[in-house]
Amino acid sequence: MARDDVKTGYKLIGTRPNRPDGLDKVTGRARYGADFSLPGMLHAAVVRSPHAHARIVKIDASKALALDGVKAVVTRADLPTGLTGEDLNLQDNTLAGDTALYDGHAVAAVAASSALLAQDAARLIEVTYEVLPHVTDVDAAMAPGAPVIREGVADYSVPEGMHGNVARYMEFGHGDVEAGFAAADIVRAQTYRTEATHQGYIEPHACVGQMGEDGRGEMWVCTQGHWYIRRMCAAVLGIEAANLRVTPSEIGGGFGGKTTIFMEPLSLALSKKAGGRPVKLVMSRSEVLRATGPTASASMDVKLGMKTDGTITAGQVYFRMQGGAFRGMSPIGEALPCAFACYDIPALKHEAVEVIANRPKAAAYRAPGSPMAAFAVESLVDEMCRELKLDPIAVRLKNGATNGSKSSYGPVYNVIGLKETLEAAKAHPNYAIPLGPNQGRGVASGFWFNHGGETSVTLAVGEDGTATVMIGTPDIGGSRASIGLMVAETLGIPYENVRVNVVETGALGVNEPTHGSRATFASGKAAVEAARQAIAEMCRRAAADWGIDADAVEWKDGAAHPAGPNAGKHPPMTIGEIGSKMGSTGGPISGHHEVTAEGVGASFGTHVVDVEVDPETGRTTVLRYLVVQDAGTAIHPAYVEGQYQGGAAQGIGWALNEEYVYGADGRLQNPVFLDYRIPVASDLPMIDTVIIEVPNPGHPYGVRGVGETGITPPLPAVASAIAGATGARIRSLPCSPPKVLAAIKAART
Amino acid sequence: MARVHLWASLRRFAEGQEVVEVDAATVGQMLDALERAHPGLGPAIKAGLSVAVDGEVIANNRSAPVKPDSEVFLLQRLKGG
Amino acid sequence: MSKIHVSTTVNGDPVEFLADPRETLLDALRNQLDLTGTKEGCGTGDCGACSVTVDGTLVCSCLMLAAEANGKRVETIEGMAREELHPLQRKFIEHAALQCGYCTPGILVAAKALLERNPDPTDTEVRYWLAGNLCRCTGYDKIIRAVQDAAAEMRQDHRGAA
Repeated sequence: MARDDVKTGYKLIGTRPNRPDGLDKVTGRARYGADFSLPGMLHAAVVRSPHAHARIVKIDASKALALDGVKAVVTRADLPTGLTGEDLNLQDNTLAGDTALYDGHAVAAVAASSALLAQDAARLIEVTYEVLPHVTDVDAAMAPGAPVIREGVADYSVPEGMHGNVARYMEFGHGDVEAGFAAADIVRAQTYRTEATHQGYIEPHACVGQMGEDGRGEMWVCTQGHWYIRRMCAAVLGIEAANLRVTPSEIGGGFGGKTTIFMEPLSLALSKKAGGRPVKLVMSRSEVLRATGPTASASMDVKLGMKTDGTITAGQVYFRMQGGAFRGMSPIGEALPCAFACYDIPALKHEAVEVIANRPKAAAYRAPGSPMAAFAVESLVDEMCRELKLDPIAVRLKNGATNGSKSSYGPVYNVIGLKETLEAAKAHPNYAIPLGPNQGRGVASGFWFNHGGETSVTLAVGEDGTATVMIGTPDIGGSRASIGLMVAETLGIPYENVRVNVVETGALGVNEPTHGSRATFASGKAAVEAARQAIAEMCRRAAADWGIDADAVEWKDGAAHPAGPNAGKHPPMTIGEIGSKMGSTGGPISGHHEVTAEGVGASFGTHVVDVEVDPETGRTTVLRYLVVQDAGTAIHPAYVEGQYQGGAAQGIGWALNEEYVYGADGRLQNPVFLDYRIPVASDLPMIDTVIIEVPNPGHPYGVRGVGETGITPPLPAVASAIAGATGARIRSLPCSPPKVLAAIKAART
Repeated sequence: MARVHLWASLRRFAEGQEVVEVDAATVGQMLDALERAHPGLGPAIKAGLSVAVDGEVIANNRSAPVKPDSEVFLLQRLKGG
Repeated sequence: MSKIHVSTTVNGDPVEFLADPRETLLDALRNQLDLTGTKEGCGTGDCGACSVTVDGTLVCSCLMLAAEANGKRVETIEGMAREELHPLQRKFIEHAALQCGYCTPGILVAAKALLERNPDPTDTEVRYWLAGNLCRCTGYDKIIRAVQDAAAEMRQDHRGAA
């Protein structure tokens, strides 16, 4: 059920016009990362470590360079030294230093006149390795006797006495948890585990880079954030950021995995070495899975105290996460505050460690940390609800965070919509459908902070009264349409008269990537301010023409109207009329707005899932799935629904099938889509959505980001539904058929 | 004086205190004053923090105002995906 | 290794090119013929982003060698619209059945092949037919709705024309 019945008084906001890039995408004309070519272009291939951990003794590229058509080889020796911190991490991940840290770690790159030749040349680059002991499991990486895989990785936060692979430590909380547990009627503690998953975007990373002898360059790349790409490439290569212009292509999915660099600097380094010829570098699917940024794996202890009436008296979590072989990459900093974010609990203790392991450098994946934390906490809440025979929605309503309640991590919530999502889930027909044999129902709630961040937008009025908006946030899910709607609403002109373009780094001030569910919120907010600035200027032009005070002009329905004592004395002047004269009334009319956007509103969601489990095969079929989530204001409801459904599908995949499988040799066993199994069309039912609208006071149209929250509730909801269907609780994802069968068997004994 | 709450694992850099009082009119002044009073907090501040001032999350704005009686929480810098 | 001369018809146009013996049809379409609408998602025939039809049969062009296209009739996404958009293309836009759009060409080609065989499929038949086309953004819900809406319109047109 959509939000068409909710009145907002908007003319355009809340409607469902066609998105501006739709035609290009259904005809194949849209240009993605690998769809761009330049004259004289070379093709690149990357040599990667086949070992989980190995010292690089020698790299011999002579045979490769001897091939006709091979134009350049780069190794770490071609990159500048002296970097520190995260810049050094990025450089280390672009090309290994003296040690390969994971299976797939890049060691060298080659550019040649064709892609096949580049691959042939890559195979001729001889690398001598000295294999070292490795560790890939998060708990094994901290166990006594586990090899310390990098020296000095701990930062200031790690207390004395922790294992050498511990990179970061966090602890916070409030209240007296021991007293809280003492006051409970039941206290339960469990350990939950999630395995690493990949964002699974269908488009592999791809770029075309060109850099001359003077260190100036350009890049075409599929990315969620081209200013980040510019800054990171510049740091890794030791050039100035302004010397690099980065243009974003259309992007075939990102979900956080394309907010950083993996191989992009290599195209520029190869280009420079090849005399400035452009170099195209496209990753294969197995390179994407082995050597980009999957999410962390986690091992999580949860303890909760609950009274028989469902009141939660205290909660405690200890999370252990690995984000690859680099400090700072696991989402412990987000997972901990998310753990109890949906609740108002008087006593909480949160603790987490990040360990390093011989795995790729983790990147953000849609609400990083939130799904793992929710799997742990929401599963235990569900276990205790079942034990006490309490309704899971009732318990969440009883303990749920609300307006003005103090969040688990410190700030006080302003206006939030958690309870509204719970009430809507409870009232939905799906919640009342009777369940048959081998069927179960799971409920879970989830949360994401959302984000503002650095934003820069410019708007220009055309001579024909149309408006062109330049934004810096690549369009992943329809934000061009949403921003177009907000600008059209503000200007009072038709949606079709607004054109929203994502422009390159040379055309705008800095923009943070499209991540954190910020594009519609932050670029939208800045676009509205830019439109208001243009409106103010257009009113001044009209006032000058009429010979009245600028204050005495108001803007309505796409035109300037004389107001106050002058009302009615002049006919309105439309944006088209003002635009056609602007050259002679003062010059081009624009508006712009630059801000680190604040006023962010969190988005809460509640999901209900019904499953049927085949007790002979352990296969879980999802019968029904309901997403209820607070969007603040749904600017374009179809794209909000799309985010809800897409997040749910990824969460279902994570809950049922997806996992990184590492062998005893530390190599990734399933770097292909056949074996890294994401949901296909026949795995899923229709996904019902309910858009709740509790407007965010911090945005002119009430927007809350919606992209990320949706992936959080499916992990615990699906596991809880399976528990309902089988009597067996699975605490280690994914709930794949062999594990379901094993759990059913164990529950019977 | 604004009251700044330190998360548990930061307290050892401030002689074990959970709440530190700071004289500051902006978030930037508050962070600078914290670091001057407790240099051990320097690395955490440099690593990047968000703050919540009187309930509102300020992700990255040194000029955001802090009142004499503000309640401030330090948070890890949040990323999205 | 010397190249192989390939003569084929793509979207109704006769074309010729020289193919490396190892070159896939997908590579030839994209790099030799500048038809970049067909995408590579995996290179192993698991994702369907490279879907085309060859002599009317739906294939993963990443699993076929360019040389094998000699003498055959290849249809890609670029040939789907004639004087106007195919109903499937129109319905995908109307139903917001795409987000990033990367899987869309493959899904449209596959859905067209389905409706040519079975003009009135059930939702389950549509889902199983499209099970070889991965989408990571939409959860497939709006895709199924768009396909069914296009199928209904095409059945109507067919009845009207008959």
